[in-house]
Amino acid sequence: MTVPATPGRRAEAGVLPLDGAGVLVPAETPFRQVWRSFRKDRLAMAGLVVLAALLMLAVLGKLFTEWWVLFDPATVRLPDKLRPPFSIPSSSIGKELWPTLGLYPFGTDELGRNVFARMLQGSFVSLSVGVVAVSISLIIGITVGGVAGFYGQRKLGFVSVDTLLMRVTDVAVCFPTFFLILTVVALLPPNIYNIMIVIGITSWMGTARFVRAEFMALREQDFVTAARALGLSEGRIIFRHLMPNAMAPVLVSATIDVAHAILTESALSFLGFGVRPPFATWGNILADGRSYIFDAPWLFILPGGAILVVVLAFNLVGEGLRDAMNPKLRRRASG
Amino acid sequence: MWRFVLRTVLQRLLLLLLISIISHLVIHLAPGQPSEVDPMNPMMKAVDIARIRASFHLDDPFYLQYLHWMRDLVFGDLKSFRDGLPVLPKIWDRFLNSAPLFLLTTLIVWTASFPTGIHAALRRGSLYDRSTTLVAYTLISVPGFFLSYLLILFVVRTFHLPVIGQHTFGTEHAPLIVRFMDRIWHLAIPSIMAALTGIAVLSRYVRAQMLEVIDQDYVRTARAKGLDEDHVVYGHALRNALLPFVTMFGFLLPGLISGSVIFEQIFAWPGLGLLGYEAILARDFPMILTLNFMAAALTLFGILLSDILYAVVDPRIRLE
Repeated sequence: MTVPATPGRRAEAGVLPLDGAGVLVPAETPFRQVWRSFRKDRLAMAGLVVLAALLMLAVLGKLFTEWWVLFDPATVRLPDKLRPPFSIPSSSIGKELWPTLGLYPFGTDELGRNVFARMLQGSFVSLSVGVVAVSISLIIGITVGGVAGFYGQRKLGFVSVDTLLMRVTDVAVCFPTFFLILTVVALLPPNIYNIMIVIGITSWMGTARFVRAEFMALREQDFVTAARALGLSEGRIIFRHLMPNAMAPVLVSATIDVAHAILTESALSFLGFGVRPPFATWGNILADGRSYIFDAPWLFILPGGAILVVVLAFNLVGEGLRDAMNPKLRRRASG
Repeated sequence: MWRFVLRTVLQRLLLLLLISIISHLVIHLAPGQPSEVDPMNPMMKAVDIARIRASFHLDDPFYLQYLHWMRDLVFGDLKSFRDGLPVLPKIWDRFLNSAPLFLLTTLIVWTASFPTGIHAALRRGSLYDRSTTLVAYTLISVPGFFLSYLLILFVVRTFHLPVIGQHTFGTEHAPLIVRFMDRIWHLAIPSIMAALTGIAVLSRYVRAQMLEVIDQDYVRTARAKGLDEDHVVYGHALRNALLPFVTMFGFLLPGLISGSVIFEQIFAWPGLGLLGYEAILARDFPMILTLNFMAAALTLFGILLSDILYAVVDPRIRLE
């Protein structure tokens, strides 16, 4: 079955050529349309390149700092503390403690640890904090929004499912988020998973609302009625027909949420509730570096700059996607 | 209209009650007891801990603790775990510190975003538009404390002026005018830093709203009538683009409590955010819960306010 889930989008593509088998195939898939208009956005493309580089860096970071330890982020070399970037280890450092490249590309911190190695390790941890937190919030948000949108009219006693779930969402929205995160993180045992979970469960409300709105609009459309008439199961209708059509705003907000989660993690680190050692994240390197801002500014400027670039890239890609997926804007741009 | 207000207020009160119960649950289910804050203190005997726990009802079942909190809050004699002082006057004191910072920040955000955003929308695609877009995204993406530290570094190095705290050390007995100017200076930098992200977000929003209306037929009609450009932009386009912003006034309110933790911490500004942060560090449950409750109440009130404002300015909307 190559029937696309959206008859609406097929019409937009304009010409409908016949392929060899005599089946109607849209001239351009929705994905290609989005990609074509995304590619024109130079800022968003730059963001995408940065993100691809970051992904590679994070994988390499995991590889070189944990599995095949080329750069050891944990080695303490007290004689070499607070060395500026590109300095060479002093003669008192034994051969077995020499850093891999024979120098400290990003200098050393207050314990003489190689900042380059720590940043490399942190790239994976920071990225996974963002991605895992957003995945958690997506799972909750899509479930709540999907159920409210699809099964909203069913009654549970005297309230409908929709009312119930949306009031729950309202309650969640009214909690002062950052305050709640701080409180919970301060009370829970400080580990990286708790931080991911807490950021995740305090940020699903937007997704839930988008998905609900999309599901409610899509549920009434003809292709869903057609799918029902074909006798498809509800699960198949939800996951194969509704979900792919509701994903555009979710994808956009997820991209921007990753940026937000990385910033939240660094803010938590700043307040002393961030990810604890032995994990290095860009957030906690930055937060620790502020004590040495006069003596060793690289401890502050490098992780801060790195966070800025990555978060900026996520934001630009998210906004680029938003524009590319908005058919109104797309038509304006091409016409 | 009044029926709508009444019904919404009742609904919101119910929601508020629910929120306060949930925040109690969150705090009480989490590990970490207030009496464990100072475990290394040799003066803390088991007897003392038991006495403290009893006096703050910490051994009562959950619903009784909740009712105690509710009653004490209503009658205004809720006491802080930390120093036994009443919570509400402490919050009021800190509110007086937070309010000027909040007002100045809001003022800066709203006065700076509109010209920036409108200008960018009118010159869509120009160098100005593209560069403000990039600057706005950069400001949204930078960790707030990172930028603040860089600015502090710059100001201290260049002007040799202190920026931290509410006043310069040693000016307590200076003439009134000096103290006043000093206070303004100390207020200015934190509020500018806190405003930067707001300006970035709001000016993007202004730009988007202006773009929505600038191509509309009535704007073209206004131009065709021969009105001058200022009149068209500010009299016709902007007035209609303004509608959604009315609702944003309501969403500003909760920022008073929770929006400023980071900046109050950086600039050692003893406001509400810092109060909450200190309370969290000290496991000061009554303080945390009260601040949380107030923030939620402000959020709900803000939403109500924006609903009503929206109905007032936009005659197409009927509250029912």
